[in-house]
Amino acid sequence: MFGFMTFLLMFGLWITMSGKFDLFHLALGVISSAIVAMISGDLLFQDRQKGFGYRLLQAGRFVQYAVWLVAQIIYANMYVLKLALTTKKMDQVLDPYIFSFKPHLKTPFAQFVLANSITLTPGTVTIRIEDGVFLVHAITGPAAGDLEDSDVINGMERRVAAVFEPEILHQIEAGK
Amino acid sequence: MSMYLNTIVVLFTGIGWIFFLGATVGILRFPDFYTRMHAAGKGDTLSTMMILFGFAAYQLHHPDLASLLVAFKIVFIAVLIFITGPTATHAIMDAGYGSKIDHWGTRDGSVSHCLIKEDERS
Repeated sequence: MFGFMTFLLMFGLWITMSGKFDLFHLALGVISSAIVAMISGDLLFQDRQKGFGYRLLQAGRFVQYAVWLVAQIIYANMYVLKLALTTKKMDQVLDPYIFSFKPHLKTPFAQFVLANSITLTPGTVTIRIEDGVFLVHAITGPAAGDLEDSDVINGMERRVAAVFEPEILHQIEAGK
Repeated sequence: MSMYLNTIVVLFTGIGWIFFLGATVGILRFPDFYTRMHAAGKGDTLSTMMILFGFAAYQLHHPDLASLLVAFKIVFIAVLIFITGPTATHAIMDAGYGSKIDHWGTRDGSVSHCLIKEDERS
């Protein structure tokens, strides 16, 4: 089942990339996709206990999360634009500092997504993750105040957890 | 039809250029390594994506299969930028932090190069 889905994804990619629809190229595509799906098909879907419906639900949640993230990215860019083009001196608008926090997320992938989200949201960049502790550089007081405020951090973490680790959602609610 | 499409193309690429301008001016004006990475990392991601979406929309002038495929490929590149952009920013920030670059700050009154605390440095 998962092998076949890998094959379909690979074949779709082949068609998009080649743009040729004659029998020869399609046959080449089928053969190569089958070989790839056979050899490295186990890389694509982790945790195969979860069913197909769950995957679909996860994809839906991910789209919801992506829409929210795109809005955040646009805010972040407007924020940088505003800071860069201000007529004030830099030491009047910038107030950078570094802070750390420990999220509830456990899997490396979910942590990676949270780190990328922090990097893309206004005024903050993740510097490193060490033993599950995030080190974050914030560019101005207010922006960092937003993030350090546990509501905002918890909100972002809750969005990531809803997609990748729904089983820890209650911990985030409890730890608030 | 072509008129509306052109408007969309110009709008997307234009917004991309404005954000690129912000990123460039930010890199030149911001005081230290970390703040410059803010400008570079965030500006690049959105503006590259905007310009690429503009290009993808331009491909729809001739809505045959070949140009649709080209538009798809451009969207693939945009997705790649979306994932690799923040990751690369993070990697450069991490390397800078690892080589113990001090960060610029205005805390404690005056502008100073405040040292990162030793226990934070690992």
